[in-house]
Amino acid sequence: MRTIRFLLFKEFRQIFRNRAILPLIFVVPIVQLIILANAATYEIKGLKLYWVDHDLSASSRLLYSKFEASSYFEITGTGFDKRAGEAALMRDQADILLEVPSNFERDLMREGSAGIQLLANAVDGVKAGLGTAYAQAVIGGMNVQLLSEQRLPALPTAGGRPAKLDITFSNWFNPHLDYKTFMVPGILALLVTLIGSFLSSMNIVREKELGTIEQINVTPIRKYQFIVGKLMPFWIIALFELAFGLVIAKLLYDIPFVGSLWLLFGFAGLYLLVVLGIGLFISTITETQQQAMFVSWFIMMIFVLMSGMFTAIENMPGWAQQITYLNPIRYFIEVIRMVMLKGASFNDIQWHVGVMAGYALVINALAVWNYRKRLS
Amino acid sequence: MKPPIEVNSLTRRFGSFVAVDNISFAVERGEIFGFLGANGAGKTTAIRMLCGLLAPSAGRAYVAGYDVKKQADQVKRHIGYMSQRFSLYQDLTVRENIHFYGGIYGLSPKALQAKTTQMLEELDLESSSHTLIRDLPLGWKQKLAFSVAILHDPQIVFLDEPTGGVDPITRRQFWDLIYEAAHRGVTVFVTTHYMDEAEYCDRVSIMVDGRIEALDTPAALKKAYGAGSMDEVFVQLARPAGKTAK
Repeated sequence: MRTIRFLLFKEFRQIFRNRAILPLIFVVPIVQLIILANAATYEIKGLKLYWVDHDLSASSRLLYSKFEASSYFEITGTGFDKRAGEAALMRDQADILLEVPSNFERDLMREGSAGIQLLANAVDGVKAGLGTAYAQAVIGGMNVQLLSEQRLPALPTAGGRPAKLDITFSNWFNPHLDYKTFMVPGILALLVTLIGSFLSSMNIVREKELGTIEQINVTPIRKYQFIVGKLMPFWIIALFELAFGLVIAKLLYDIPFVGSLWLLFGFAGLYLLVVLGIGLFISTITETQQQAMFVSWFIMMIFVLMSGMFTAIENMPGWAQQITYLNPIRYFIEVIRMVMLKGASFNDIQWHVGVMAGYALVINALAVWNYRKRLS
Repeated sequence: MKPPIEVNSLTRRFGSFVAVDNISFAVERGEIFGFLGANGAGKTTAIRMLCGLLAPSAGRAYVAGYDVKKQADQVKRHIGYMSQRFSLYQDLTVRENIHFYGGIYGLSPKALQAKTTQMLEELDLESSSHTLIRDLPLGWKQKLAFSVAILHDPQIVFLDEPTGGVDPITRRQFWDLIYEAAHRGVTVFVTTHYMDEAEYCDRVSIMVDGRIEALDTPAALKKAYGAGSMDEVFVQLARPAGKTAK
């Protein structure tokens, strides 16, 4: 125990003396929470719409005013020539081209339905999908208005069925559909992960690079003492980061925290054993900080992109969904969202706890085994 | 009583390559034992085995009375070690380094305090006790590293090229520290590439291709090889090995 205490003293002194790492510990959470929480959103506003109107009727103008009023669209160009609109699409001056045909009002009045053409720039598939969906919603809105004004017989229209059902939404756990409420817990999870994996693996490899590990190896320090002494500082710092990040999230965005703090920190402590184990494992297979950095970065990038933070896991293909079960970040992001926003109890997350405990055992056993093998 | 270091037919193989080939010798208490050899002769492998870092493939070695294969932990507890690569933490101060190494060898807080004061006084480092190691001149670092290596009063200290890159005056001062330690009864096991330093040793062994080719006092070696200096002795012994290696 005493040996570990001396090791911890040494590690904390070195970490707090490191001019690159110490500021990062405070700057990273602030920057991530300010920039990422505001920037990383799925909502798309101000889609650039190019309007081609061959009809110039009251109905087409009504539709135009609907689009103008919508905050999702910004009409960046109008014209009578579809080719000019297509050129705008090509030059990225428009995201969506909407073409009203010349007999739009006539068809609408006479036949009860009329076609409108939407062309979307689908380089960004998500944007194109959302854009056309928003556009259909606006067009659907006009359908409802026309119906209620009795200008149209209740026939099937462009949007599908005439809207007879009035649907009322109630958004649980995030009533205003605020993206920050959704993103911030994920960002906090990311923060904890980065500190745990990058710093711990780099720290161990650093001793190899400097040669001081040789000195440590000839002292009576046991392997487990060395490992505990190396990993525990980052376990503590990462939990501190989580607390620090939560305070910032509360102050900046007033993110709700419905569940139990103890449960979240308990799970975070368990989760960190997994992340630190990965860091330890990386340190056993690398010799220099550069290698460690590169391997960590490679693994973390895959983990982060497949964590469900930016893209919903449900939208991934089946095989990719299976892979995410191996991704520890996935579990932490689910739990932090569940606990913070839904107030999940231990019973709700016991599956996650079980998986993480097993994961921690396996990865640490593997790392320690590899660590010993390399030494002899 | 057993000698501090006793080596019997020690061998270490890496696959088919024999790095250390059946070496045997003993080192007496308080002796300064020079362990020489060209690069790649097997010195480092031999030292690693004696320090309990590497298990021998065959043969026996006892260090401080403990079997290096079966009692590596006890061996580590009773030896000091200073490596050719600098072994103190650059980003810790003089005092913090002493405190750390003293602590992990289990010195009591009281003993640690007394040792620290004594060491800083002896090395004339009192005014620099809060200086980071990286800000100390290399010579000071090496002397401090040696003192830290014998902080816990080990019976034996292993020095692996301790004076690499140090100026001649500091090297001389460094050897004064070694003599002092040997006088107190510490056994010194040292490797070096400086042949003038080999002359300072009580006895010298010269390793060639994993075997000990010669082992005697510097004076006897010079006589046996009809050489004027240890440098000539070393070149005579090590050169054939260098040729075959190419």
